[in-house]
Amino acid sequence: MSIKKVLITGNEAIAEGAVQAGCTFYAGYPITPQNELTAYMSRRLPEAGGTFIQSESELAAINMVFGASAAGARAMTSSSSPGMSLKQEGISYIAGAELPAVIVNIMRGGPGLGNIWPAQSDYFQATRSGGHGDYHSIVLAPSSVQEAYEMMFLAFDLADKYRTPAIILGDGMLGQMMEPLLVRSKESGGGREKLQTKPWALTGCRGRRANIIKSFYMVEGDLEKFNLTLQKKYKAIQQEEARYESLFLDDARIILVAYGTMARIARAAVNNLRKKGKKAGLIRPITLWPFPQKAFTRHLRPNIRYLVVEMSYGQMLEDVKLAVNGKAKVEFLGRAGGGVPTEKEIIKSLSRL
Amino acid sequence: MEKIFKHPKSLRNIATHYCAGCGHGTVHRIIAEVVDELGIRERVIGVAPVGCAVIAYDYWDFDCSEAAHGRALAVATGIKRERPQNIVFTYQGDGDLAAIGTSETIHAANRGENVTVIFINNAVYGMTGGQMAPTTLLGQKTTTTPLGREIKSHGWPLRISEMLALLPAVKYIERVSLHSPQETIKTKQAIKTAFQNQIDNIGFSLVEVLSSCPTYWDMPPKKALDWIKNEMIKEFPLGRIK
Repeated sequence: MSIKKVLITGNEAIAEGAVQAGCTFYAGYPITPQNELTAYMSRRLPEAGGTFIQSESELAAINMVFGASAAGARAMTSSSSPGMSLKQEGISYIAGAELPAVIVNIMRGGPGLGNIWPAQSDYFQATRSGGHGDYHSIVLAPSSVQEAYEMMFLAFDLADKYRTPAIILGDGMLGQMMEPLLVRSKESGGGREKLQTKPWALTGCRGRRANIIKSFYMVEGDLEKFNLTLQKKYKAIQQEEARYESLFLDDARIILVAYGTMARIARAAVNNLRKKGKKAGLIRPITLWPFPQKAFTRHLRPNIRYLVVEMSYGQMLEDVKLAVNGKAKVEFLGRAGGGVPTEKEIIKSLSRL
Repeated sequence: MEKIFKHPKSLRNIATHYCAGCGHGTVHRIIAEVVDELGIRERVIGVAPVGCAVIAYDYWDFDCSEAAHGRALAVATGIKRERPQNIVFTYQGDGDLAAIGTSETIHAANRGENVTVIFINNAVYGMTGGQMAPTTLLGQKTTTTPLGREIKSHGWPLRISEMLALLPAVKYIERVSLHSPQETIKTKQAIKTAFQNQIDNIGFSLVEVLSSCPTYWDMPPKKALDWIKNEMIKEFPLGRIK
């Protein structure tokens, strides 16, 4: 497999990663700051033999993904915060019908129409169901263009493995910035050869009993039973799929916790503090759901302090507090609505701890 | 002796949950017969709506998907684009197709998706208890129009089939009715044409079926059929629209 180096935006890297991971169906609706992803797909996906549809709405896009996935496709859509709110109905149905799907959210400022600046204010929506009902999506948070590209393979694999929606939670900064990307050649076919068979898919009932894709259980007790099987699946995902990256945890007294592009700024702050002889460390959750609780429980010492840094007013903060469970002090630094905590602000707030 | 009337293979041999005099069971059977006659049972994929026919997939014996309320044509688009070799149809009521799903309906039609749409118009929301539908007639009393539908507050009955006929990508639209055996036979012919069009790659085809809801029209079944004939057809004239 030949590899080449290109300079590319996060949005385009995500699209290329998806195509190479075997995505054959994309439907999306224009919204900033993720438009480069849709535009790239409109050119690249048909070239790779897939289907691109610019849908009439976010609702239509996510329901087209529902249909394509029901028919066995590796299907995806992408959007940004206000559009993600509209997609929640469909994501709930996808979770309820146990369909795999990949949904990309390049987050922007909210609430409402907000603005088009980067933000991390949709953490709750992504990790706490978002739509109606007791379900979870797997939530992956890339922090570089390279990781965003690689993560598309993982997202489709996990979605297929667990028959569940997987959300890529990036932000406008990641979507818009260009970075060098090591990319597999287009001819290599990426991960397609590893595709699982889907005996449950709607393909016509030749030689088998009819398949039904549904989330509706009318007989008393059936829905509760189905929910218990979902919960069992979520437990398995929590046990098997939590991922994180860490830095200097062995001797750290102050541990920064940040994800996505925010983690890059936090990492710079940690390196800066280390140069000054301060025992700083970093936990960067890669999966936001399942949340990597072990990263915290493994290194729990009473003299540790955590500083959670987010482009929101404290959403992942709640998961960190649940993981730490009162056994260490958890502080918070956050800005949103276009504001991004700077390295300087991080170091300044640490000096107050 | 040759058996000339039998239970369709595409219809499971179980009792439906529909009320006495409801048209859904009739149309389910017509679709099953047409699927059998066209020999497409092993490649047809149905999309069931939200509404009284929500569990249509329990009655048909071929591959089916549910769709969120109003989204059947978006789901069907996804299925058909991914598997163009299959025959994909939606089965939708008036609230599903012409109110909450108006956008999905118009845009799937405008893209000319090569799918078949069976549109059941019974002028009322059945599953939720008889509320006003976009196709409710003027003067018709429903749970949410206790004094009858009137233009000033509720607008006119929506003739969505006529609206769709304006779109260049729409290839076939016919309005039929279940109010008599003759009309029911015509309904079957229209549904067969709509499926055959898809097999022949002709494009977007829709059959609007005027169907009775004795329960929420508050009429005995026979009277409900007469109401279609005497009242509904005035607002929704039968025949080929496109």
